[in-house]
Formats: sequence, structure tokens, C-alpha cells
Amino acid sequence: MSALVLIELLNNQVSANSRAAVTAAKQLTDEVDALVITNNQNDADSVALVDGIGAVKLILDDSLKHASSEVSSKLVSDIMDGYHYLVAGSSTFSKNIVPRVGALLDVQPISDVSEIKSSNTFVRPLYAGNIMATVESMDSTILLTVRATSFEHAGDGESAPIEIITTNIPNSDSTFVSIQESKSERPDLTTAERIVSGGRGLGSKENFTIIENLADKLGAAVGASRAAVDAGFISNDYQVGQTGKVVAPKVYIAVGISGAIQHLAGMKDSQVIVAINNDPDAPMCRMADLVWQVDLFEAIDEMLKA
Amino acid sequence: MKIIVPIKRVLDPFTQARIDSQTQSVDLTNSKMAMNPFCEIAVEEALKLQESGVASETIAVSIGADKTVDTLRTALAMGVDRAIFVKTDAETDLQPLTIGKILANIIEREDAQLVIMGKQAVDNDNNQTGQILSGLLNYSLGTFISKFNINDDNKSIEICREVDSGIETRNINLPAIVTVDLRLNEPRYASLPNIMKARSKPLETIELSSLDIDTRPRIKVLSVEESGSKDRLSKQVHSASELFEELKNLGVM
Repeated sequence: MSALVLIELLNNQVSANSRAAVTAAKQLTDEVDALVITNNQNDADSVALVDGIGAVKLILDDSLKHASSEVSSKLVSDIMDGYHYLVAGSSTFSKNIVPRVGALLDVQPISDVSEIKSSNTFVRPLYAGNIMATVESMDSTILLTVRATSFEHAGDGESAPIEIITTNIPNSDSTFVSIQESKSERPDLTTAERIVSGGRGLGSKENFTIIENLADKLGAAVGASRAAVDAGFISNDYQVGQTGKVVAPKVYIAVGISGAIQHLAGMKDSQVIVAINNDPDAPMCRMADLVWQVDLFEAIDEMLKA
Repeated sequence: MKIIVPIKRVLDPFTQARIDSQTQSVDLTNSKMAMNPFCEIAVEEALKLQESGVASETIAVSIGADKTVDTLRTALAMGVDRAIFVKTDAETDLQPLTIGKILANIIEREDAQLVIMGKQAVDNDNNQTGQILSGLLNYSLGTFISKFNINDDNKSIEICREVDSGIETRNINLPAIVTVDLRLNEPRYASLPNIMKARSKPLETIELSSLDIDTRPRIKVLSVEESGSKDRLSKQVHSASELFEELKNLGVM
């Protein structure tokens, strides 16, 4: 029973969610290999260092820089022979590929696993995390995406051997045009220990900059509610919630966020929650550890000066 | 171009899901139901393509027990031309792989070149069906899209995808499946005259059992439980210094 971990690379580094996937895979079996699909051989070197990986399977081709789901899912399904599990960290990268692998292998994948109960039994959230389901897979191959907030992130250790897989790269009907990335010096939202998150209460894109100022003062990452993203205060990659990112920092400071079910789904596992809001009846205030009922602009001003 | 929009009936997203202690499953019998919000966005996008003359016909498809017809009527009232209802027993638990197989059957039968659907349903939160469907049909795939443009050649589309690191733009060839994200458009409401008109639009019913599809569940749900929220301090603070002091005492700052 061996497992293959589908690795996601961010700026040539192994993503935090892939490190969580390695930890999850190790709970299932001792034999864990990693699959890297890339145009850059150096990527395999950083993957080889991740603790717990037996071997790195490298599929290397110039065309794979921004590989499509169509190409990646074919490559993954072709290599799955001999593996009982495919494990990937939950992210837009894996969600774009793993279900399509499921179609190619005739397997029903299991999304967003938060706990491994046994070799074929898993816990996963439904209804924005308000319901937790324990499910048993009856497939002969098991495909999982796992929540990065539920598993430790494997660190680096001794280097594992790298094996180059030579295979035909299929033609793609999907062509990469461009990527517009938000560049930030701040900590990554999904791994940050502290997050300052802003909502509709900020009122405008200009006002939202005070959230960024506060985050910088506290060494925190910036997050946002769907309402703030929809209103154009900040870009989509900052959204926390059911359809955005799931976070579990040591401290989550929610500023002007009322706390829709869909937002709470993305942050309710935070260790300490702070609500800064002038409405004491907001759901966020009811689920917070520390509640400061105040005009948010006054509060941030005071925090910046403190 | 014929466009198919698969839609799902779900628990109203503003309703808290509860477990029925009798059945040990999520209580849907006494709850308000609605069209999955991502499906509404998909319907809206199809209607825009109809209004701009790109779509020759728009067809909503849904799979479920009798009440699913209500959701298809909503799509008809929003403006789609016709609806296909794949009827199941109330007890049947259909998982994304099976849903994909049923939809693939309908899409092949209709010979549709473009499928627009929600990126996930807000009940099971799987985020799988569009991807599975693209794999089964070997169609191009565009997931989590926030922008959509048919290129001049009418054979490919340019899409913007909301990914974890930002916005990715790709060109994908037809036939294609796209799954829509929240910011693609603002779905319209059905007007009263259109709700009346929808009653006379064509709605075809197909018995699932007539399709010869393997509907065996691959996943068994052993148990469900409401995730109790963590006990929180619920402590009021009144100043920045007090807040920082508390955070220090809690050992998180």
C-alpha cells in the first residue's frame, strides 16, 4: 500500500499544503512518493528534501510550466498504477486536477479531508464546515485532498532519490496566457500565525489600506471577507471562507466583518479570535474570544499608535 | 451554440444545516431549499450568451427527486429555453462521479459544445463535478472562472480563473466545461411574468433508471455530526492596550 503525493510548487518552493499532504500520506502508509510535474529540474531538489518522502517522481518538460488540468490529470492517472493513494493539499491547484484524475480512473475522490480515521475512513466538512461527515471509501484506489490547517507541515530532512519519468506529454487544448499575482512582502495568508482581516465595514478600497497598515505593525497577513472582495476593496486571493482560503492562525483579528456562515467556515479553527465591530449582535462578536465594540476606524487608529 | 447548465437544489445557503436526530442525516424535509448560488451564476452567464446571440439554445439540467422540478422552473423563469429533469428516488445518494456520468450522457445526447456550471455546491462542498465531467467527456476544462469571453473564431474561449495566487488567464478550445466562481456576474431575479411564462416552457423528465448508468455509491457516509464551535472567552475589551495585554496573556502575541 503506497501513496503518491501530488506536489504543488509556489515560486519553486514546496507549498505548505503539499507538506501537509505528505504528513497525511504518512498516516496512511510508510511508503510515500512525491510527484512533481514541472519545467524546472531544480524543483525536484527542493521536493526531495521534504521529510518522509521515499522517492521523487519527476515529469519534466518545457511545456509543463503552467500545465493544464487536462495534461496534469492524464500524467497523474498514468503513473497511479501501483499506488493505492493519491494525496494532495487542498488548493485551487489540486482541486483543478484531482477530480479529473478521478474521472480517468473511475474513482470518487474525497475533498478537504480534515482527519484520517483509518486506511479508508476519513472526516470531511459539509455545509461550510457546519457538519462534519465521516465517510468510507469503497474504491480500490483512494484520491484525497487534505486541509493544510488539519495536518502538520512536514519539514525538511535527508534528500530522497529523484527518478525522472519519461512519458509522452499529451497535447493540450488549454493554453496559458498570463497570471496576475498579488505580490506581497507580508506573511502568506494560509500559514501566517497572525491575520488581520477586513470586511465591508471598511467602506472603500482606500480605507482598506489601514488593515494593511495594522497587519504590517503586527507582522500579520491580510485577509478579507467575501463582501470586501466583491466590493473591490482587495483582490480575490485574500478571501477567507467556504470558497476562499481556510486559515487557522494563532490570532485572527476580524475588523468590520459581521461573520456570515460562509466566512466563519474559513477561520473558525483559529486559536484566538478578536472581533472589532460596532455591532455587538454580529455573529463574529458572538464567536470571538475578545470583543471590542467600537468604531473600527477609531480602534485601528488607537492600535497603530499603541 | 447549444449551452447546457447543470444546476442543483440545495439547502438555502443562509440556513444553518441541522442534523435530524431520527434519521441521523442533515434535515432537508422541513428546510427552505434554493438553487445553489454558484448555479445561479452559471444560469446568468448562459442567459447573457443567449442575449448576445452566441447561444442558440440554453438548457438547464438537474438530477434529483420530484421537488427538483421547482429548481428547474426557477431556471426557466430566469430565462433558459428548456429543462431536462433526471428523476431519482428520494433515497438515492448520488456522488459527483455518478452525477458526472449522468450529465455526460445528457450532454452527448444533446451534442452540446459548452457546459457552464457552478464550481461547487454549498451543501457537500465537493468542488468536483465539473472537473469529473470534463474528464469523462474529454472536454477542455476551465475552473473557478471570474471572466468569460468567446473568441472571434467561435471555437475557443478566453477565461480568467480565480486561483490561490491571483488571477490566471487561459485560452481553452471548445468543446469545454467551465465552472464559475462568485465574481463572474450578478444573477438576475425571475420576474413575475417570467415565472408565469416558465410554466409553459418545455420540461422533459427522464427516469434515471432508464439511462443504464452505474449509480453504485463509492463512498459510504458512516456518520454526520454538527461541528460544535469551540468554547470562546467572549471577553469585552475597551482599548488597544487592553486588547494587546489580553493577547499577550493568551500567549499569541
